[in-house]
Amino acid sequence: MNFSNFLFMQHEIGLVAVFLILFFADILGSNDKKWFYPLASILFAAFTVAGFFFNPQGEAFGGMFVASPLTSFMKNLLNIATFLVFLQTYRWLEQKEIKERRFEYFLISLITLLGMYLMISAGNFMMLYIGMETASLPLATLVAFNKHQRKSAEAGVKFIMISALASAVMLFGVSYLYGATGTFYFSDMAANISTSPMVLLGLVFFFGGLGFKLSLVPFHLWTADVYEGAPTSITAYLSVVSKGAAAFALLFALFKVFGNIEGVWQGIVWGLSVITITLGNLFALRQTDIKRFFAFSSISQAGYIVLGIIANNSMGITATVFYVLVYVFSNLASFAVISAVENKNGGDTSIAAFNGLSKSNPKLALLMMLSVFSLGGIPFFAGFFSKFFIFMAAASAGFYLLVFIALLNTVISLFYYLMIVKAMYINKADETSVTPIKSDNYSRISMVICFVGILVVGVISGIYTYINGLAML
Amino acid sequence: MIKLEYYLIVSTLMFFIGIFGFITRKSMIAILISLELVLNAVEINFAAFNRYLFPEQMEGMFFTIFGIAITAAETAVALAIIINAYRLIGDININDATKLKG
Repeated sequence: MNFSNFLFMQHEIGLVAVFLILFFADILGSNDKKWFYPLASILFAAFTVAGFFFNPQGEAFGGMFVASPLTSFMKNLLNIATFLVFLQTYRWLEQKEIKERRFEYFLISLITLLGMYLMISAGNFMMLYIGMETASLPLATLVAFNKHQRKSAEAGVKFIMISALASAVMLFGVSYLYGATGTFYFSDMAANISTSPMVLLGLVFFFGGLGFKLSLVPFHLWTADVYEGAPTSITAYLSVVSKGAAAFALLFALFKVFGNIEGVWQGIVWGLSVITITLGNLFALRQTDIKRFFAFSSISQAGYIVLGIIANNSMGITATVFYVLVYVFSNLASFAVISAVENKNGGDTSIAAFNGLSKSNPKLALLMMLSVFSLGGIPFFAGFFSKFFIFMAAASAGFYLLVFIALLNTVISLFYYLMIVKAMYINKADETSVTPIKSDNYSRISMVICFVGILVVGVISGIYTYINGLAML
Repeated sequence: MIKLEYYLIVSTLMFFIGIFGFITRKSMIAILISLELVLNAVEINFAAFNRYLFPEQMEGMFFTIFGIAITAAETAVALAIIINAYRLIGDININDATKLKG
């Protein structure tokens, strides 16, 4: 065996090293381990920074594992998002019932992240499947992490059932693709692909399976329940990191395997993104719980993410990756505020708790406002630029009607995003509203990073150009 | 000689019986069994395609083995989560897991 193959897995090996250090620190350390939280944060921060210096390029294990500058960038992006989520968990992990097992949270999260790496770097459907399961099985235990809360347990049951069904449906598609082409390798499959009925059947089932993971609309019914029941930090993780990884995996599979029969899947993506964006928006309008609200908001954002994939060129890749980058900062800023409010309020996540937030917590209210402006796409925040690039990519491939429908939906989404701003800035505080919150320093750091990200990522054009350079390769 | 089509018919039937069970069953354990049907249908597909269409390689068989192993892990995690839900809800009827809706 040629061990030099492992040189292409620098991110994976680094992550496993971080995992092992934390694992042994957990089992060998003394009981209270006050130092564990700073150790985990600093170690992961160092790994995130180091990730930008890893530059593997090539194929390992006969094409099973593919590393390119683009996959490295995607992994770094997921690292940043995971780091921000870690910083937001401090208060939650200090709770009495969770304090005992708070270190398991980090270990399980790191394993799901490893699975997502493998999904992104997969060059073979077996690798994609293994990565997907490595990501989703531990994630189900994280969803049920508040094991003394009924809501969390219910959400865990729903998540594991749906994700198992999703991977089974995906595998059914893959089995027909195998029958039609005789291989699991992306590159070999692309060479043998045609529009025979067997391939089409396989494509539809494969797309359906990944659609579950991305919560595109006919497959979205689990999203709101799981997002509401899961602990808030896990909801943030699900809505940003897990969704981003699924989007990247879908992007690579569609481009590498089905690139030659783009006409077929572009139709599917067209229909799905239209109903995803529209229904996500319409259901978000009538939510009264902030986590359900952000669940439907993230469904509609997933619709925009697949809108970038439809272009089937390097512009589409760039737009999608850039969209996820901006989405990381905008959505995690919201979840940082939601976590802070929820912890202060004893677990109440109704939108009414945000009434008058601008009086009691002006800084949190400002961050939340910037975040929903960015999610809604108001100019000069990062979200405007990411939506602009997505629309530009789709329009460059000639999908003018699709772009028009998506633009109309942006207006609807502004309405419900502004409802939150109205609650914070115009509604009077009542007895359900929160009192001034004193955040811990960890979540302060994450809020500052998100704040800077929302303001700066769109304006610095170098980031888009940089991703574009990676996507051209 | 049994033809490939027969295997495909059986696996497709199993797949849709599994999906039907997943939707209609009330007990969480029965839903899990339905999921196993779906996954086993997929594994029959892999093995049959490999044996009949591409007998010179073993890729499909390998996928089957990996699939079985991962399915077992999945069942273990799902059962653990169901046991936890049973402790909190009091039974494993999926209709009682309705605290989250809206």
